[in-house]
Formats: sequence, structure tokens, C-alpha cells
Amino acid sequence: MNKKRIGILLSLAMMLGLASCGEKEVNTKLILNEVLIENQTNFQDDYGVHSAWIEVFNKSYTSADLAGYLLKMSNQPGDTATYFIPKGDVLTLVKPRQHSLFWADGQPNRGTFHTNFVMDGTTATWVGLYDSGKKLVDQVTIPAGTLQADQSYARISDASAEWEVKGAVADKYVTPSTNNKTLEGNAKMEKFQTHDSVGIGMSITAMSVVFFGLILLYICFRAIGKAAVSFRRKNAMEAKDITCEQEAKEKKLGEAPGEVIAAISLAMHEMQSDVHDVEDTVLTITRVKRSYSPWSSKIYTLRETPKK
Amino acid sequence: MGEFLDFISNNMADFWTYTGFANATVGHLVMILVGLVFIYLAVAKEFEPMLLIPIGFGMLIGNIPFNMEAGLKVGIYEEGSVLNILYQGVTSGWYPPLIFLGIGAMTDFSALISNPKLMLVGAAAQFGIFGAYMIALALGFDPMQAGAIGIIGGADGPTAIFLSSKLAPNLMGAIAVSAYSYMALVPVIQPPIMRLLTTKKERVMRMQPPRAVSHTEKVMFPIIGLLLTCFLVPSGLPLLGMLFFGNLLKESGVTRRLAETARGPLIDTITILLGLTVGASTQASEFLTFDSVLIFMLGALSFIIATASGVIFVKIFNLVLPKSKRINPLIGNSGVSAVPDAARISQTVGLEYDPTNYLLMHAMGPNVAGVIGSAVAAGILLGFLM
Repeated sequence: MNKKRIGILLSLAMMLGLASCGEKEVNTKLILNEVLIENQTNFQDDYGVHSAWIEVFNKSYTSADLAGYLLKMSNQPGDTATYFIPKGDVLTLVKPRQHSLFWADGQPNRGTFHTNFVMDGTTATWVGLYDSGKKLVDQVTIPAGTLQADQSYARISDASAEWEVKGAVADKYVTPSTNNKTLEGNAKMEKFQTHDSVGIGMSITAMSVVFFGLILLYICFRAIGKAAVSFRRKNAMEAKDITCEQEAKEKKLGEAPGEVIAAISLAMHEMQSDVHDVEDTVLTITRVKRSYSPWSSKIYTLRETPKK
Repeated sequence: MGEFLDFISNNMADFWTYTGFANATVGHLVMILVGLVFIYLAVAKEFEPMLLIPIGFGMLIGNIPFNMEAGLKVGIYEEGSVLNILYQGVTSGWYPPLIFLGIGAMTDFSALISNPKLMLVGAAAQFGIFGAYMIALALGFDPMQAGAIGIIGGADGPTAIFLSSKLAPNLMGAIAVSAYSYMALVPVIQPPIMRLLTTKKERVMRMQPPRAVSHTEKVMFPIIGLLLTCFLVPSGLPLLGMLFFGNLLKESGVTRRLAETARGPLIDTITILLGLTVGASTQASEFLTFDSVLIFMLGALSFIIATASGVIFVKIFNLVLPKSKRINPLIGNSGVSAVPDAARISQTVGLEYDPTNYLLMHAMGPNVAGVIGSAVAAGILLGFLM
């Protein structure tokens, strides 16, 4: 019966595991973050050339490597250019919450970050990022005519779901290799300084959480304690053949008094630590019986007398 | 011959510029003196010797003056130096969770499990943290710095280091030294407050002996404790996770070797490294500032508030408890998580008024609850302010 139950539990656990595997998304640490198609006076590459660029962002809090990833671009269905991001360049490792910029200049021999395709904004542009297993990680389509020269299509802030045009108005600026939204202060700190300059709000909230957490533990262990005492009482009632609950309570069955526990603990301590008081003066001779074994036989440990 | 003598004398003059004598400042001497006081307190008065000896000696190491321009890579704040490498355990915050692992492996939560209402006393003592937080804000510290300073009131060195390394790394040295100093001074700080806030009748109050706790309950405690507290405050995971993991190693009964390593060689190694590097981080040029003085003052205040709030909470709590289940207010002080010193203070003060009233077992309950409470509080501060 027990084996059956264990079997059912294991099967359930396996099913849950498999189900969660099925729902698992592709690793999306790296995402497309900003794209600029027509670069007239914007950011220059290391050759001093203004080219279109694609920004990739590592949204996780660990480093992520772009080596082996694929950048794909298409201006019309059925015509997709693919750039394989080379392996062996340490610069493809993107640090946590950092960016990496690829120049879409059709000059791959200029380095890892120069793709083999160029982008054209006259038609809709699709850009896709694929992992080394060729699974689509992220994609974006920039509708035709959306962007003027030196304007980019970017997520509102790093890794946010919504995209917008940057560079069209003063407060939305193009941000190659940096945060899409520049944080001009510490919002959390400002919130605290504005609404809770004395600290009472924080103290009340935090103390409530501390109390709540420990009250939860209290409730839980009060219930567990009661269950443990009643379980022990039931066992003691069975052992002593008592059926009346009231009688068991009166006799405090299952509740060993502190003195008894202390005595048992002391006795165990003495036994385990080999602490003697009187016994040291008593000589105890106990006959030790050992069954024969050739391994312990003395005869095998003696050297044979040399024959002359 | 004359040139050679010039060369020798130039060499000697160069050498002189590298010596501690040439580079010593009043600040260095003051910090060396503080280090010597720490060592004296540890050796002569036996105030937390396990902490004060490494910290005190670390202060001597950290305040040996040297030519900072020479790029010798010997100072704790010079990247690549041995001390700097050892100090990374503090700055990146991985020493404190390992200390918590050891604490978990050596802590017996039975007193708390047998009388779970004592957990509330451990929660009440965390008022010290937020009292100090409010005063720090009033003194002009920003909320992150105030949070890091306030945690001194939790009376938990590893937690203070963990939180300050995240919230205010520039104040970490002062916060760590302040936390450990006041932990060592618990026998001096707490008794007068306990006496002040209790009546003679309250001090001799006897409590019900704790019931026996089964092995199953002890095994369940770290598991349920982890799930409940970390689901509530996931930012406390590094500390709470390691604390409860250590406790499970101890209580499971089947990982004795691991538990012994965690509570023995491992915690000893980390304590040595932590104490020494925290001490060495008090390099006078970085440490002797007006902020450090304020932090020491706030640290004392936070300990006082924590002790007082624990005692007062017990007195209020007693008003709603049946007479047979009332709690001796002298164990209220042990809600701060200085384990087991705070509990020992309850016992000592209790014995002064009734030599047959042993409060140690009862005081261990709030004491270990204080460890959980301060880790939860640190998690909350981290979550809100980071």
C-alpha cells in the first residue's frame, strides 16, 4: 500500500515537472532594446562612420554571452539576412543590465560588432535575435516610414514591453549603448524623502511585517505543538490502556515533566561522555566471548620456524 | 666613494619614507589605541573575546601607516592586496550568510518551539532598529544610510555587515565595529535598563517550565520557518536560508558531520576572516570621520531602544496573558539577537533577585527569535531601500 502511495506521489511530481518544462520559455536574458536605421549625425562607430545600429540589452542580473547568437534582419518577406555573432571574442559577454551595440553596415570584416547586412527604412524592417540553438529570443518590426533620420525605435525604458520612437521630441532622446530612460535621481529615495522624511511610515510598515512574519510562525508552531502533545498523549493512552481522554489529561499522559527530562538527559550525558563517579572504584570483569576467526588467530601472525 | 655614500644615504632616506614612523598620523595612533582597548577588553574582561580579539588586532593591522602613494598593495583598500581579497567576503556580503549557517547549526530552537509566543518578544525588540533609523534620518543621513545604521539595533554583527555592504558600503566599517562593540558591551548596557523598567515583584516572576519538544517538531521548524519567512520577505533569503539550513543540518540527526563542520571549523574560519578584515577596515584615513562618531552614538541608542522595547513589550503582553502563562519581563532584553549573551544577562539579573529562578531556557526563546526577527527586518530594509 505504501509503495503504491509513493509511486503515485512520484508520478504526480514527474507530471508536474514535465508540465513545467513544457511551459518553460526560451532564455530571454538578452533582448533587442533599440534600433536606429538612418544614421546621419548620430553615434559614430570606431571607424568614424555613421551607420545603422541595433542595441541588445542584458536584462538579467548575471552576465550573458552573445557568442553564437544570430542577428537576423528582413526588409521583405522571404529575404532574410543573417549575421552569426562570432565566438571567441570576450567583448560578446554582456555584463548584467548592460548593452551591446551592433553596426548594421554590411562590413563584418571590421569586427565582431559589424554585421553583414545593412538596413533600409523605406519598407517595414524586421529584426530578430536568435540564440545559439537557433530559437527566436526576441524580435521587433519597425513599420515603414515610422522613423526619420537620426530617430530610433526603442523600448520606452530598458526591457519594458512597449516600444516608441525616440529622437522626435526633446524628452525622448536616442540612447545608443546606454539606458533608454536616463534616471536622474533615486526614485525610491525621493519617495521616502518626500512622504516619510521622519521614518515613521517605514518603521510602522517594517515592524508590521516583522510582527506578521513571527505571528505566522507562532500560529503555525502553536498548532504543531498542540498536535504533537495530543499525538503523544494518544500513544501514552494506548500504552497504558487508558481510553478516557479526561483521565489521560488529569494524569498528564504524554507530558513528561521537566525534571524527568532533565534526569534522562543527565543519565544519557553521563553514559555517552563516559562520566563516572562511583564506578571508577569498582572492578568489573565480564567474560568476553569471541567466535573464532582465522583473521584474529595468533597462529597466522607467527613466523614459521625455519627448517634446517 | 662620495657618490656611493650619497647613494646609500639616498636609499636610507627613501626607505624612511616607506616606514610607518614617517607616515604615521594622529588618526593612526588613535585607532591603534582603540584596537589595544579592544584587545584589553577581550583578554582582561573577557568581553566577547572571539570577536574583539580579531577585530582589535585587525585594527592594529589596518592602521599600520605606510606610504599610500607607493602602490605596495598592502592596504585593505588597495585592489589586489591580500587584505583586500579577504575583505571581499565582507564587501560582497558572503561572510555573513556563512556565519548564519554556523549559527543555525549550533542553535537549539526548542525553547522557542515549546513556547512559541516568545517569538513576539523577539519581534518587539526590533523597534531598536527603527528607532535608530528615525533618529539617523533626523540627524541628516539619507534613508539608505539610516537603514544600514539602524540595523545595529538588531544586535547582530553578520546582519549589520550584510545590510550595510548593500545599503551604505562607505559606512560599513563604522557600522560593523559599532555593532560588534555594543554586542560585546551587552552585559554593561542592558542590566541598568532592565532594572529601571521592572519592579522587584516582576523580576522574581516564575515561568512555566518548557515542554519537551519532539524530534519531528525540531525538523519541521527550519523548513516551515524558511518557507514562511522567505515567502514573506524574499530579500532576507541569504541570511534566513542559511540560518534555517544550518539548523536542519543539526536537527535532522543524519548530517552530523556537516552540522559539526558548519558550527565548528567553518564558522571559526569565517569569524577569524570577518573579524580581522572588519577590524582592518577601520583604516584611520577612511574611518575617523564625524559620521563614525554619530554611528557609534546611534548604535548605543539603538541597543537601548531595543532592550527597553523588549522589556516593555513583555509587560504589556502580560496584561493579556493568563496569570499562569505570564512572562518574566527580565527576558524581554533577550529579544535582541546577541546570542546567547542577551539570554545570559536575563539569567544573571534574574538570579540576583531570586537565586533559584533560572531564566536562561526561557530567555533563549526570544533570543533566537531575535535572530530571525533581525534577519527579517534586514530583508525588509533591503527590499524597501535598495
